Amino acid sequence: MRYVLKKAGIFILTLLAISLIVFIAFQVIPGDPTTRMLGTQATPEKVAALREELGLNKPGIVRYFNWLTDFLKGDFGSSYTYHMPVNELISGKLSITAALTGMSFLMVLAISFPLGILRARFAHSIPDRIAMVFNQIIMSIPSFFIGIIFTYVFGLVFKFFTPGDFVQRAENPAAFWGYMVFPALAIAIPKSAMVVKLLRSSMIREMSEDYVRTAYSRGNSRWQVLRSHVMRNAIIPVVTFLAVTLVDIVAGSIIIEQVFAIPGLGRLLMTSIIGRDLPVVQTIIMIISIAVITVNYIADISYKYIDPRIRFR
Amino acid sequence: MRHTKRTIALFLATLMMTAALSACSGGKGNETSTQPPAETPNADNNSAEPVMGGDLTVGIAQDLDDSLDPHKMVSAGTREVMFNVFEGLVKPDTAGNLNPAVASDVEISETGDTFTFTLRDDVLFHNGNPVTVKDVNYSLSRVAGLDTGKPLIDEFSAVESIDTPDDKTVVIKLKEPNIEFLASLTAAIIPDGSDPTADMIGTGPFKFVSRSPQDNIILEKFDGYWGTPAYVDKVTYKIIDNAEALIMSLKGGALDLVAHLTSAQVKELGDNFTVAEGTMNLVQAVYLNNNVEPFNNMKVRQALSYAIDRNAIMDYLADGRGTAVGSSMYPAFKKYFRPELVDHYKYDAEKAKQLLADVGYPEGFDMTITVPSNYKPHVETAEVVAQQMKAIGVTVDIQTVDWETWLSEVYQGRNYQSTIIGVDASTMTASAMLKRFTSDSGSNFVNFSDPEYDKVFKEAVACTDDAEQIELYGELQTILTKNAANLYIQDLCDLVAMGNGVKGYEFYPLYVMDMSKVYFTK
Repeated sequence: MRYVLKKAGIFILTLLAISLIVFIAFQVIPGDPTTRMLGTQATPEKVAALREELGLNKPGIVRYFNWLTDFLKGDFGSSYTYHMPVNELISGKLSITAALTGMSFLMVLAISFPLGILRARFAHSIPDRIAMVFNQIIMSIPSFFIGIIFTYVFGLVFKFFTPGDFVQRAENPAAFWGYMVFPALAIAIPKSAMVVKLLRSSMIREMSEDYVRTAYSRGNSRWQVLRSHVMRNAIIPVVTFLAVTLVDIVAGSIIIEQVFAIPGLGRLLMTSIIGRDLPVVQTIIMIISIAVITVNYIADISYKYIDPRIRFR
Repeated sequence: MRHTKRTIALFLATLMMTAALSACSGGKGNETSTQPPAETPNADNNSAEPVMGGDLTVGIAQDLDDSLDPHKMVSAGTREVMFNVFEGLVKPDTAGNLNPAVASDVEISETGDTFTFTLRDDVLFHNGNPVTVKDVNYSLSRVAGLDTGKPLIDEFSAVESIDTPDDKTVVIKLKEPNIEFLASLTAAIIPDGSDPTADMIGTGPFKFVSRSPQDNIILEKFDGYWGTPAYVDKVTYKIIDNAEALIMSLKGGALDLVAHLTSAQVKELGDNFTVAEGTMNLVQAVYLNNNVEPFNNMKVRQALSYAIDRNAIMDYLADGRGTAVGSSMYPAFKKYFRPELVDHYKYDAEKAKQLLADVGYPEGFDMTITVPSNYKPHVETAEVVAQQMKAIGVTVDIQTVDWETWLSEVYQGRNYQSTIIGVDASTMTASAMLKRFTSDSGSNFVNFSDPEYDKVFKEAVACTDDAEQIELYGELQTILTKNAANLYIQDLCDLVAMGNGVKGYEFYPLYVMDMSKVYFTK
């Protein structure tokens, strides 16, 4: 119970700190929403009138607390540039980015676990050594580069998909998911390589432990030992890493959305920062922060289920 | 061979990607660069006949990021799209003439301060209602801010009154004579009492259907259009802000048309595309802050003018594409453009050096050029200019800033030494280009000040004789050139690529994209 309370306290403090940092950053950088909206048509009178209209003429501290109280009430404000409630603006984008992230994460699991276990099982064999070289190379390729290669090779040469032909899920779910495959794969590939490497080394380390020898001596087969004994112990660092990976995937999707022209949260975040659209930026950052903290929290809790010897205090 | 070409393309793609990611888009821009586009057959030489119908998909580099209220929209990218939806009493054509649109006839009084319009009979709004004088009165009163005292478009502050003597006639009276005001009457006519951001009802060849932020804007052909109907049934603007993704989408066939491409991008497309070439309709120059040392000295500005080799810049940026300018007027404004000013300061580095020595800078000096990083052609131009300045002993420090910073620090704050940017006209008038250089203009970001200029400008605006007015505006351009207000460079080239058998794109002397003329050939 104390653990939960402590975690909840940290959770709230972190979010407060993040929102404050974002707010202050927006006070420091040059330009405000009126700069872009009025562009080269700006005159001091027009700027003043628009600032008044947007409520920007109040002192910063007042605006921050207004935002905070509204946010706590579930009112995320409305976008300066789009003149629509942030909820409405973001909900459509959130599901796109969530779909991309989720699909990518499942791909990481589907690719890395079989490969990692196989490589641990056949460690130091020739195939394992060859795989190690490739693993090392793939790990170091940024996902946006893989994305570019994918659009070129699978999009333009083999025509498996049409670059830029993104379709909303509501319009055509099959086409939506089909379009997501390559962007998700582009993010998943380098991440999978990292997980494979970690899983393999973690399992190899565990395989030299005494309990493994005991397990063998009790007549278990090699696969049985790997599955029921080694895996449980080896997976703890991997789970921690997977939590970090999930966060990385969210960040990676922001860039991949640019490469594949997907109108997700990442693109909205970038343009909103450029347009100094604070309510949108605050909300997106809050959503991402909540997701990140929650994922780490889930990882913490899952240790207990994987290894009952772990206790929380 | 094919393989090598692809590898190079891929490598280039990666390079551009990296650049694009670090710059991460932003401007209303258009980019230009170093390679020539592939030789493509001219659109009109092809025997392919226009086909009615079809769904056109157009790629645009940024979302419509400001108000969609036709009376408040300021960004060029927004006006470019909404040109297809809204119309005014008059409408520009590709030659730069103002033709009657919602009105069928216009009469300007001898005194130049009264405009009498007769409404066209068969003009319908997108909601099916006919346009009446009430709608016109509502729309123009709203723009002029007759009730609020705050005009939504600056030029409309000149309006004294709007009257509707009968149900076909609208009379607009100005406070002072201004025959150029006609160009401002391209302001959108919307239904009486409507809220334009909620309803988005106009009279143009396309009606607004929907928008999804950062995703798309959808327009549909309006069957009740009074003029020449559009060919295509539907236009979807897809927003793809990553330059490389935009080209990939065009190549893959997801897009039918993309405007404002660079020479390099066009070259990357290959032979299956029709490419139209025009100009951006802006004046690119090294704009100098006339209030700071040493640019407050006209002799220094003149000296630097001789050091600019325009042809070298155009060669570097776009293989010689673009048109050199010598004052604040772009060539597509044929009526006003003074070609003799282009070579007023013929490139001569020795002379520049000599002149600098004469005014006390034999060793040259240091200067800073502040450029918005999202406009690649301006950044590239800055690099060439820096080299050219080096030749006369002037050391240039290029400072790249983001667009917001540029707007607030350079444009609004006037807190800079020099900058490279393209300046365009909000309406198709000479005064839209030249007004900013009057001493008390709010948009005079170069701080140019010349009593003679102010005097002639006043005369020009008030002049009611077209020929005489052209003469006066020419004089203003000459003053700018003689004073070397800025180091004038060029009007940048604009390339439009069309795939999937699309043809028919036409350039206007304004920043608009007319989709009603575009058609499929298969």
